[in-house]
Amino acid sequence: MTTQMFGAPIRRKEDPRLLTGGGRYLDDLGHDALAAAFVRSPHAHARIVDIDASDAVDVEGVVGIYVHEDLPGRVGEPLPLLIPHPTLTHGRTGYALAKDEVNHVGEPIVMVVASDRYVAEDACQRIRVTYEQLPVVVGIEAARAGELLVHDDVPDNVAAHMLQEVGDVEAAMAAAPRTLTLDLDIERSACMPMEGKGVYARWDRDRGELRMYSSTQTSTGVRAAVAAKLDLPLAKVECIAPDVGGGFGVKIVHPWPEEVLVPWAAIRLGRPVKWAEDRREHFISAAHERGQLQQVTVGFDDEGHLLALDVKLWHDNGAYTPYGIIVPIITSTQLLGPYKPGTYRCEFWSLYTNTVLVTPYRGAGRPQGCFAMERTMDAIADELGLDRAEVRSRNFILPTEMPWDHGLLFQDGRPLKYDSGDFPASLAKLKSLVGWDDFADYRRQAEAEGRKVGLGIGCYVEGTGVGPYEGGHIQIETSGRVNVSTGLTSQGQGHETVFAQIVAQELGVRMEDVFVTTGDTRKMAYAVGTFASRAAVMSGSAIALAARNVRAKALRIAADALEVSPDDLEIVEGTVRVKGAPATSMSLGTVSVLSNPLRYAFDEAAQAATQFAGTFDPDKPPVADDEEPGLEGKDFYSPTQATFANGMHAAIVETDPVTAEIKILRYCVIHDCGTMINPMIVEGQVHGGVAQGVGGALYERMAYDESGQLLNASFMDFLMPYASEVPTIEADHLETPSPLNPLGIKGAGEAGCIPVSAVIASAIEDAEGFPITRMPISPYDLWELRRRHADGEIPSLHRTSSTTRTSGTSSKEPTA
Amino acid sequence: MKPAPFEHHAPLTVEQAVSVLSEVGHEGKVLAGGQSLIPILNMRLASPAHLVDINRVAGLDSVEVTPEAVRVGALVRHAGLERSEEAFAALPLLRQALVNVAHPAIRNRGTTVGSIAHADAAGEMPAILALTDGVVEVAGPSGSREIEWPDFFLGALETSLAAEELAVAVRFGRFPVGTGTAFTEAARRHGDYAMAGVGVAVTVTDGVVSAARASFVSVTDVPSVLDLGPALGGVEPGTAAWDEAVEDAAEAVREHVDPEGDIHASADYRRMLVTELTRRVLPQAADRAGATA
Repeated sequence: MTTQMFGAPIRRKEDPRLLTGGGRYLDDLGHDALAAAFVRSPHAHARIVDIDASDAVDVEGVVGIYVHEDLPGRVGEPLPLLIPHPTLTHGRTGYALAKDEVNHVGEPIVMVVASDRYVAEDACQRIRVTYEQLPVVVGIEAARAGELLVHDDVPDNVAAHMLQEVGDVEAAMAAAPRTLTLDLDIERSACMPMEGKGVYARWDRDRGELRMYSSTQTSTGVRAAVAAKLDLPLAKVECIAPDVGGGFGVKIVHPWPEEVLVPWAAIRLGRPVKWAEDRREHFISAAHERGQLQQVTVGFDDEGHLLALDVKLWHDNGAYTPYGIIVPIITSTQLLGPYKPGTYRCEFWSLYTNTVLVTPYRGAGRPQGCFAMERTMDAIADELGLDRAEVRSRNFILPTEMPWDHGLLFQDGRPLKYDSGDFPASLAKLKSLVGWDDFADYRRQAEAEGRKVGLGIGCYVEGTGVGPYEGGHIQIETSGRVNVSTGLTSQGQGHETVFAQIVAQELGVRMEDVFVTTGDTRKMAYAVGTFASRAAVMSGSAIALAARNVRAKALRIAADALEVSPDDLEIVEGTVRVKGAPATSMSLGTVSVLSNPLRYAFDEAAQAATQFAGTFDPDKPPVADDEEPGLEGKDFYSPTQATFANGMHAAIVETDPVTAEIKILRYCVIHDCGTMINPMIVEGQVHGGVAQGVGGALYERMAYDESGQLLNASFMDFLMPYASEVPTIEADHLETPSPLNPLGIKGAGEAGCIPVSAVIASAIEDAEGFPITRMPISPYDLWELRRRHADGEIPSLHRTSSTTRTSGTSSKEPTA
Repeated sequence: MKPAPFEHHAPLTVEQAVSVLSEVGHEGKVLAGGQSLIPILNMRLASPAHLVDINRVAGLDSVEVTPEAVRVGALVRHAGLERSEEAFAALPLLRQALVNVAHPAIRNRGTTVGSIAHADAAGEMPAILALTDGVVEVAGPSGSREIEWPDFFLGALETSLAAEELAVAVRFGRFPVGTGTAFTEAARRHGDYAMAGVGVAVTVTDGVVSAARASFVSVTDVPSVLDLGPALGGVEPGTAAWDEAVEDAAEAVREHVDPEGDIHASADYRRMLVTELTRRVLPQAADRAGATA
């Protein structure tokens, strides 16, 4: 039998190439291209009075200098609003080059194209822009106050106001025996892929064809947007995502100004043009995420059961809303996690500020939602003197209650309906992994040594694999080589490996014979993109379906040739053979030869398919009426809804009693993404996610000053965690298959980062004995909180002593 | 993030280097390891018209140990000095501090003399030059001179080195027998510029402290040395009196430093931090003093 490939922890096919310098990223391409550089706004809010490029035109090597007035037709119109929504009543997008006004530091104003990037930057430095400064809105509080406006025609800075309610929250709240209100705050962070964005475009004047490369998460999206902007037939535009050094969300937004301008300049100049984003540009002119203020009011009974959950969110969407309000929608729906809220109301305001725009970053609104929900769970436990895990388990949606429809609309406009999950089993596994019930003893021991330690927990549910669809195409060459193509892009996830595993399993071929191409519109013109933990679910399912089609076709052809029934055949390691009589067989390569009747032989194998080979029935056409030539198969997967993965994390932290330095001693993860294609890759995704989550919990913030200047726009001051800051991650899995797709899989890409801020806040709170309501938290922040707590400005938790937190009710704890 | 145009000079001798520096004056900048300079150029925070690259200059890459000092040439990389067993035996403080200088990749390229000439108060090695009562050896158009450390550091990123001069070496002074040293710092991430750091040298004679001093990272605008003799002198390490003396020393540090706040930590936090680090580092140095006495 063929070795089991699906589910095997095999090493990544792409790693030898990527780890030995064989990757070809955007800036590795186009060495003959001209380079673009941009003059970007140094002001957060200003009117452009004058642009004087007279000193720059003479710089040797400058080829073109362009401002908004130079952009013809649709190139000069606002960039598209990609995801409209009825509540996004005041959506605004920027221009490829700013027209009259700039709304954040970093907004592009002038494009210089020159012989190389050095020269282009020299010229940029000589361009003088005169501004009339306008009042600046920075921070959610200033935006919410609405005294100063980002856009004159957007009252109160409100881009969108949305309300979803399930049940009668007011009545349930009024009837609840107990209520609590929490005010919470999550700061901004950003994706920060190792490779920034980048675009490279070539114009074939003779054929009127544009080929562009972009470091993007959606080459089909970029292609369509650029064709529309530049008024080109879609057939005359190709977009290819080369190796992409990380995306994490920021590269799903499209078209970025540069994705329009670089191809436009390449056409106008008739020469290849390239732009590779540098780190400072990425900080100030790409996108951030996370920033929210939250207010949670919760009603519950004396046993800790939720009765009413009333949430208000104020979401900072930055200066524009090209990606709509996906992030706050996700926060407001995924906040519920694994719990039944009783009744639920969530109201959010998406607010403009004079800062770089806010679009999804790995987790995409979920870390904020998880933070709100999990802080609330801890507060209920503290209020009632109950064990924190116990309070959670009492509110779980149970496996017998699946599928569970929350009665809300999710980010894809479809019902928020959980397909499967076993939350009690996940919690039991987590408690056992972290030693939940033994922690009180550990804490007593630590306290005796003068150490402060705390245990934290966080649970989440993540809607993954949203539609609308993805496709898979498989073609088997006469050599037996299996070419697999899917349209979504890869940014390092391991698609070459997992998609090959699916094909190897479904077709019965060897891994090394499978070659996967992603993100190339020449190979697959229909695709959506890589985001929302959807690649494995969407393209994986589509590729599985395509493989089944190819397999059926191969069996039909082979059955005909071997004069047996297709039902009697199997495919093992690339050979079609009769079950129980393996000597009667032919390779898939030979099947491929037979699938394509030839007039001309190009090699020995092909001779078998030529018209005088004498193997064909003269009464039948060479290609049957219901067949196509070639051993190929294609299919698309389009689910009715997202599939919901889940996970639970726990951490033990230690805080220095004097310096307030925070150390994560243990970090434990239980992760359930349904059936795993490759557990090693899933674990890698979880590790990477946790690492980013640790960044968001303890290190990363966007330090804007009052004038809208980003004070830490470099890796010296924006603190991403190094390997030395990321704890050892102890991970275990549960596999609750999804009933929604042919493989039973759920997404895993974002999972790791979602609960980390909630978990670390929970653990620090547990160590310190006072509420933690704002993340991230630095040693200095914690030191200040301690001072304020000592001064009576911050209340203590209700628990009398840190060592008496395990409740007597834990015997009711659910088991797997 | 591409530097403005500059002319690259690659002298082969100290004389050539000084001659180029004299020619280009304030338009010139010396390039050694480049770990601070190159990022500054890339961000166009500075645009010197001339870079005088001394990496090919002969005779600047040695570490020499004499009875009085450890002499470090201008092309000795941090990593080379860190790994020098001879330097460690003569002055353990060097390695104790150098392992805190950024990351190995940066230490492999960055030079110790370069970081001293850069005179960043957040740098470890300027503080160590001060703590060891060190000297900078300078070559200029009119010959050589030596600058004692207090005369070398004038302000943040500012030294008494003239534009036409090249720092060719520094000498870190060795401590008397019976001296133990220790260095510690606290950074947001491993290898970052410290929020606060402190190095101490404690000399124990006949069982009691005869001399003690400290210098600091990131909490003073120029390297400075605080004499801890008044707090620790005459006290026997490990005794109850020692614990009190350490408190006094920490208190003296708290009063001595003058930190500034930034986005990572307030001035008050840094002051608290360096005080606590002093408490932690003094017993280590005293232990080592006991071990060498």
